[in-house]
Amino acid sequence: MSFGRIWVLLLFVALAAYPFLPLAEANRGEQFTVLFIYAILALGLNVVMGYAGLLHLGIAAFFGIGAYTVGILTVPFLPFQQSFLVAALAAVAASAAVGIAVTAPILRLRGDYFALVTLGLGLITLYAIRNLDAITEGTKGMNPIEAGPVPGIPDTVDMSPLRLRPDWGFRWYKYPYLYFLSLGTLALVMLLLRNLEKSRLGRAWVALREDELASACMGLNPARLKLAAVALGAGLAGLAGAFYAMALRTTGNPQAYDFTLSIIMVCCVILGGLGNRSGVLLGTFILMGFDRIITNILDNELQALQQRLDLNWGGQAYTKVSGWKLMIFGTVLILMMRFRPEGLLPEARHQRELHPEVGEAQGEAAAQREAGETPSENA
Amino acid sequence: MFELLAIHPAVAELGQFLILGLVLGSLYALIAIGYTMVYGIIELINFAHGDLFMLGSFLALGVAIGLGVLTADAEVAWVILTIVLMLILTPLFCACLNVTVDRIIYRPLRKSPKLTVIVSAIGVSFIFMNIGLFWRGATPVKFPDLIADTNLIEGTGFRFTWKDAMVVGITVPAMIALTVLVKFTTLGKAMRATAQNPLAAQLMGINVNRVISATFAIGGALAGIASVVYGLYIKSVDYQMGFQNGLYAFTAAVLGGVGNIPGAVLGGLVIGVVGELGKAYLGAKWSEALIFGILIIILLFRPTGLLGARTREKV
Repeated sequence: MSFGRIWVLLLFVALAAYPFLPLAEANRGEQFTVLFIYAILALGLNVVMGYAGLLHLGIAAFFGIGAYTVGILTVPFLPFQQSFLVAALAAVAASAAVGIAVTAPILRLRGDYFALVTLGLGLITLYAIRNLDAITEGTKGMNPIEAGPVPGIPDTVDMSPLRLRPDWGFRWYKYPYLYFLSLGTLALVMLLLRNLEKSRLGRAWVALREDELASACMGLNPARLKLAAVALGAGLAGLAGAFYAMALRTTGNPQAYDFTLSIIMVCCVILGGLGNRSGVLLGTFILMGFDRIITNILDNELQALQQRLDLNWGGQAYTKVSGWKLMIFGTVLILMMRFRPEGLLPEARHQRELHPEVGEAQGEAAAQREAGETPSENA
Repeated sequence: MFELLAIHPAVAELGQFLILGLVLGSLYALIAIGYTMVYGIIELINFAHGDLFMLGSFLALGVAIGLGVLTADAEVAWVILTIVLMLILTPLFCACLNVTVDRIIYRPLRKSPKLTVIVSAIGVSFIFMNIGLFWRGATPVKFPDLIADTNLIEGTGFRFTWKDAMVVGITVPAMIALTVLVKFTTLGKAMRATAQNPLAAQLMGINVNRVISATFAIGGALAGIASVVYGLYIKSVDYQMGFQNGLYAFTAAVLGGVGNIPGAVLGGLVIGVVGELGKAYLGAKWSEALIFGILIIILLFRPTGLLGARTREKV
């Protein structure tokens, strides 16, 4: 087992152990839950961008469709009142279906035009969600979302029999139960993608990404392959959206699913390593972790420090770490693209493309490893 | 003729929205040119362009504050001086900033894959937004209302104010100047050659890097002019405005056929008019969706935009 896979395993073990540790806090755990959800979203985007090689700038729309499907199927003021399991499956199906329906007509567009149309479609979806306020409650968001976990189990199910620590809550959708559920789902998605990469479909995507004309000449159907990637990517994004709505217990303001989120997800994927699922995981944890958790901690620390030293820096944006967030993001992205454009954990093939001079020996070894791993019955 | 139109209120209303749309459209067109020129020459979707526009409007606001000209009641000479100074300093500032960013950040990436450069541009956009946040804070800031809203065509049933005249009076000459520059000067010829084939241009003795710098300078200057016009017309600026306006302008560039300067102008006008008509007849909240819907439909039937060349992509 290579180092690359050991750290992912260790990371998952550590995260699974976190709620049992004495230093664990419910607030922090809930923030981690949201990170897992964004990681699922980023892995979905990685299927479209990393595997099939399509620049997609509207992934947040599928995240939103997932969240609103759960909202529509579970909120009390609408007649459906489904459980989370049913709603989440419906969310995956709805996102994938919308993904196929809107992508099929635009497949003939090339490169940047495709990217731009996905951007437009993402925005149109967002505006539609916001404007259909008879169903979606507009900018207020749909709430409360408090569905039962599976059909037949009520939303107020008492989880105390599973309580391994005295401070654990009672409801299934609260920390740490949703934490474990989303972490487990993330692990499943990682496993699914690992197997998929080695499968016929995964290898066909790589061929398509590297050379569409050549792969078409070899008998692959580029349109169908691209649609499959978008369907899977959108489905995963929808799943992430379903968890997101459940974790927040509201769909929130539709603004949460806008172009900014799509762009940040693209950054997560590229920062981590386009095409490499472990890299994408790492990139998301670093970028979103910094955005959602670390800046908050640093802000509080800075506040405490000011009080201790009896200073008053006022409420200006630049006296808070969170005020520097975009600056830090931007600088990191620029430096990464300048000095390590293949991302933190590059995919072997991508690495060779970007560093033809150094990558030869390493690349060959990696390619052999890849080839060795591929079971022959799949060939 | 005006009197004839004025008889029908519906026609008058339509005409009014058309005027408004064309005015806003020429503003988008000015920003779109910056996108389209940079794309035409190095195939970069410059995500930072909208935020450059935002920083420009902040500088223009700084000029007004510095001179103490904050209302239309100020002496006419002072108002004119302020606007002229804005129109000199802001484009200069935006051009320098754009060239510097290209020199430091994009130039080392000339041979990198497209996505690498796009992500860098996103990074620059984030940094610009943060600078804007520090400069004027998170809430919208009032831009001095220096130009009167007097209707210039009173009695016709339409409104065309000094402000509208200002937009047209600044954007149209700027576009004419640009056209002359690109069509009739040596630099323009070099720019067109580089856009067509950078390698061949270089072999003909054109300094490609200098041409690219010039492109960034011109695009930046136009964004600067647009930012002054925007501030004076909309009268409110904030650090996030670059995003929305940049998106519209970029849409305009693609709509017209990216890389094509008349296309960008046409695209800008179309977006302006469609946006205003959408607001009028579908309601403000659907007008954005309408703009992107039209973009997608046009791209589906003309994948290279309205005026884009119908070339097959090389394999």
